[in-house]
Order: sequence, then C-alpha cells, then structure tokens
Amino acid sequence: MSRSLLQVQGLVKTFGGIKATDDLHLDIKEGELHALIGPNGAGKTTLIAQLAGMLEPTSGRILFDGEDVTRLDCVQRVRRGIARSFQITSLWPTLSLVENVVIALQARTEGHAFRFWERARDVASLRDPALQLLERVGLRAKAHRPTQTLSHGEQRQLELAVTLGTGPRLLLLDEPMAGMGIEDSQRMVTLLRELRAHYTILLIEHDMDAVFSLADRISVLVYGHCVATGTPDAIRTDAQVRAAYLGEEV
Amino acid sequence: MADTLLPVANPVVGTGDSARRRASLGVALICVALLAAVPFAASALGDTFYVRVVTRMMIFAIMAISLDLVLGFGGMVCFGHAMFVGAAAYVVGIFVFHASSGEPLTIAGVAFQGSTNALVIWPVAIATSALLALVFGAIALRTSGLYFIMITLAFAQMLYFVAASASGYGGIDGLTLDKAPTLGPLDTGDRQQFYWVVLAALAAAYLLCRRIVESRFGLVLRASRSNPTRLSAVGVSPYRYRLAAFVIAGALAGLAGVLLASSQSFVSPADMSWSRSGELIVMVVLGGMATLYGPIFGAFFYLAAEFALGHLTEHWQLVMGPLVIVVVLFGKGGLAGLWSAVRRGETP
Repeated sequence: MSRSLLQVQGLVKTFGGIKATDDLHLDIKEGELHALIGPNGAGKTTLIAQLAGMLEPTSGRILFDGEDVTRLDCVQRVRRGIARSFQITSLWPTLSLVENVVIALQARTEGHAFRFWERARDVASLRDPALQLLERVGLRAKAHRPTQTLSHGEQRQLELAVTLGTGPRLLLLDEPMAGMGIEDSQRMVTLLRELRAHYTILLIEHDMDAVFSLADRISVLVYGHCVATGTPDAIRTDAQVRAAYLGEEV
Repeated sequence: MADTLLPVANPVVGTGDSARRRASLGVALICVALLAAVPFAASALGDTFYVRVVTRMMIFAIMAISLDLVLGFGGMVCFGHAMFVGAAAYVVGIFVFHASSGEPLTIAGVAFQGSTNALVIWPVAIATSALLALVFGAIALRTSGLYFIMITLAFAQMLYFVAASASGYGGIDGLTLDKAPTLGPLDTGDRQQFYWVVLAALAAAYLLCRRIVESRFGLVLRASRSNPTRLSAVGVSPYRYRLAAFVIAGALAGLAGVLLASSQSFVSPADMSWSRSGELIVMVVLGGMATLYGPIFGAFFYLAAEFALGHLTEHWQLVMGPLVIVVVLFGKGGLAGLWSAVRRGETP
C-alpha cells in the first residue's frame, strides 16, 4: 500500500477523569477510504475534532503528510488540506446553496475575502466552480434557494459540497448519513464511492452495510482506544471486535 | 449564538429576484424624493424647524445603519456604539474651539491652531473614530456574547468619563461650536445647505453598506454571524472580518458624529452616553436587523415618537417602551419584517 497521509501517535484527550481518546494510534494511507467504527461514546467525534484542530489533545502527535500539525489551529489545517464535515449539519441556513459553497471556495482560491465592492454573486470565478460542486452532489437545480428550504438529506449532501469546496486532500466525514432515509443513504453511498477515487477519506458511520462495502480498511474504536485495524473481511472475523462491538448488535 | 439572541427579519440579501429589486429601488427613490421635498415644504409653510428635525433623524439613521452592519450582519451586539459618534463629534468641537477662541493647544511644543474647514476636520474626525474602533475592536472581539456587550459598554463609559472630565472643553456641560465649519463652498451653519449635505451622506452611507453586505466580504461577515464554527472549518478565521466590519461601522458612526456636532452646534458627553448606545440598538431592532433600510425607518420612527409623545408628556418613554416590546414580540423582524409581510400580502 502507498505512503501514510495521516498518522496519529499516542493521542490522549481527557475531560476531567474521563479518557475520551486513550493512547490512540492510527495510520491513514494516501488514497484509501478508512472507516472508523465503534459504539456510541467511543470517542469518534472527539477524534475528528482533534484531527480538524477544533479540540486540543492532552498529549500525543498528529502528523499530516509528514508534518507535525498537532499545534496548528483549524484554519491552518484547512489550508494544508484537512477538511471535516459535521455529524449535526452545520451550514448557513439563510444563505443560498451556492453562497454556502462559495464561502468555502474563496478561502482556498484567494486566501481571503477582503473584497468590499464587487457583488459576491457576480464573481464568476467562484460561482461556476461552486455550481460544479453542487452538480457533483446532485443539488445543481436548487443552487439559488435558501439552504433552510432543503430536506435533511439534501442538507447532508450540501454539507459534503461545502467540505469539498475547501479543496481538501483528506476528508474527515462525521456520519454523512446521519438521520437519512434509505433512499438518501443509497444516494450518499454512491456519492462516497465516486469521491474515494479522488480523496483520502476518514469515514465515521453507523451504517455497517455502507461501511463494509465502501472501506478499504476499518479501525474499531472502543473507549477511545483503537482495538483493531484491518480490511473489512479481517474486521468481520476479528474475535475481539465481535466481543467489543458487533456482538452487541448481532 | 447571536442568532438566538435577537430575531432577524429577512437576512437573505440579493437572491437575484430582479422584480423585487426593481420594486425596492422604486421605494428607495420615493423615500429620497420625500426627503428631498422636506426643505421646500418647510419653506412653503414658513416653518424651517422641521428641516432641523428631519436633519437629526437622518443623522441618527446613519448611526443606525452603521450599527446594523456590526449588530445585524455581524452578530456583534455593540453596546457602546455612541462612543464612535461622540469621539468624532468631539474632534469637530475641539478643532472649532481652538480656531474660534484663538488659544492654540500646545502638545509637546507643537501649537495646534484648530480649524473651521470641514475638509480638514471631518476626515480627521472620521479617522479618529475608525482608529478607536480598530483598537477597541481588536480587544473586544476576543470576547463574544455577553462579554462583548459588557466590554464595548466599558470602553464607551471610559470615553464618556474622559469627555466629562475634560474641563477645558466644558466637561460635563459640553462644548458649544462658536463657528460652523465650512465645507468647500457650503456653509454647514446654513440649515438648508446642511440638510442636503446630510441627505447625501445618508444616501452614500446606505449605498456603501448595501454593496458591502452583498460583497464577498459581506458574505463572510454574514456567515460569521450565523455559524462561526463552520467558517473556521472551511479555513476562514472570522476575527479579521469582524474587526474590519467594526472599523467600517466605527468610521460611519464617525461620519454621523461630525454631522451631529454641526447640526447641534454643540457636543457633550451625552452624545456618547450608554443610554444613547442603547437607543441606537432599539432603533436597529425596532426597524429590523440585517436589512439596512429597517434601521433607517427605526431611527425615523423612534425620533418621531420621541418628538410627538414628548410634546404630550415628559414621560414619553412610558409609551415608547411598551411600543418597542410589542413590535419586537409580535412583529418579528421589526418594522422591516412587517413591511415585507405586507408586501407578500400576509398578515404579520
């Protein structure tokens, strides 16, 4: 397999007496779709927050493309190519879809938005790529509507488009299918399958069918600790995993 | 988050509906025409007092617009906005004081003679407000929510007491402008001429803010209000944008300040008191936040109510208070919210 894009070394995060992340080691290879599973409260979202730079780890190191990014803030990590999506949809509900994506795009293309005069919607160099991204997630037709008029499933798709707008190399996707119906979930699985050809992805997801069909490798998190990493087949037959996690559901 | 703190009328700006835009332009032109008719109507009636009243309303409208930029679009509840108004007004007062009294102000051996040329005074005054906004904003914007409200209030109070204790400039009694500054060929002491200056300033301030909120900067500013976390997650740090908005608003409030000084021929610490800052918030919320035109109506409505009710009773705020509560509770989005509901043909 190819080289590592993201390495997590001995990561610890404590909240008072609780260890949300407990001596975690993780190695994400360039180009793979790496799924992270584990029971509720296993510390998956806490991990994503630390990887994205929104939560400072108590100890340990995070290396991105060989560089130590542990002390970099969220904005600096986005510049380097780490982008996260949110488990609870986090968008700008009163802005239009295309505006949502433009906000993400302009940070990448110019590094700032100190343009006070030209109307944002007239800037073709931002609008056109934004529309392409919306096309990609299947929301082109609704590009100019206010985001709050979208259904839950559509908002999840937009969440993905906004995340892609930052031009990431590594996508941290926190339950992209959270709260979706069957139809929307299937559309999202198709979308993720397309995306894995272009991005390295760390995927948190509760939908086991989706995880096992999409992932190149899976890591299992229990009480903030990684108990196993392997291919879907290896994970499915791992006794420790069955006991700790799958056993509860099967 | 600031969203839940105060209701917002209709923050979607420029969704590209050209019919609606034309209608808005039409309403704006009617408003400008009405304002332009005031001096003629007043002189026809032989009562120029109303020219002064409307001048004051327009100046407060500029203050309200500038506050709307930070409060409505940026979600920054600034409870000290009057300090930028007052600071610029005092700069005007101090310039005119030294020019008319003939006593120079000597700082470190350099004698400052003052001036009555508005082309000199006004830029200095506006720059002073902008600089204050930059310094105070840089500190205050490290906080948010209630702390931001308190820190802006604290800064404004600081400035208030500096002015109140400046005995050379009248202290708490304030400072009378003995001469009216001249603006090129115009005499700001002439009520008619000054009216046109203020109307032009209001129109310019409105158009400038309209462009700003629709620009890429404005988009990021609006995004920082409703979801700053997401903004960081796409690689944009909200701080610099908020600070820039704060400085722009400070400069615009400074513009209102220089106009206020000329309109009153007087400046006093009351022009930057905390109650004045509170009134400005009421005007913005009453008019409809994040609409720009709403705060203009808010300022006009507030001052008109003060004027009309003030004639009936000195306890006019007994009526005004409940009125504000009713508008905020039932007319979500203020006067602007009511207005757009009427235009959509709904009952609010």
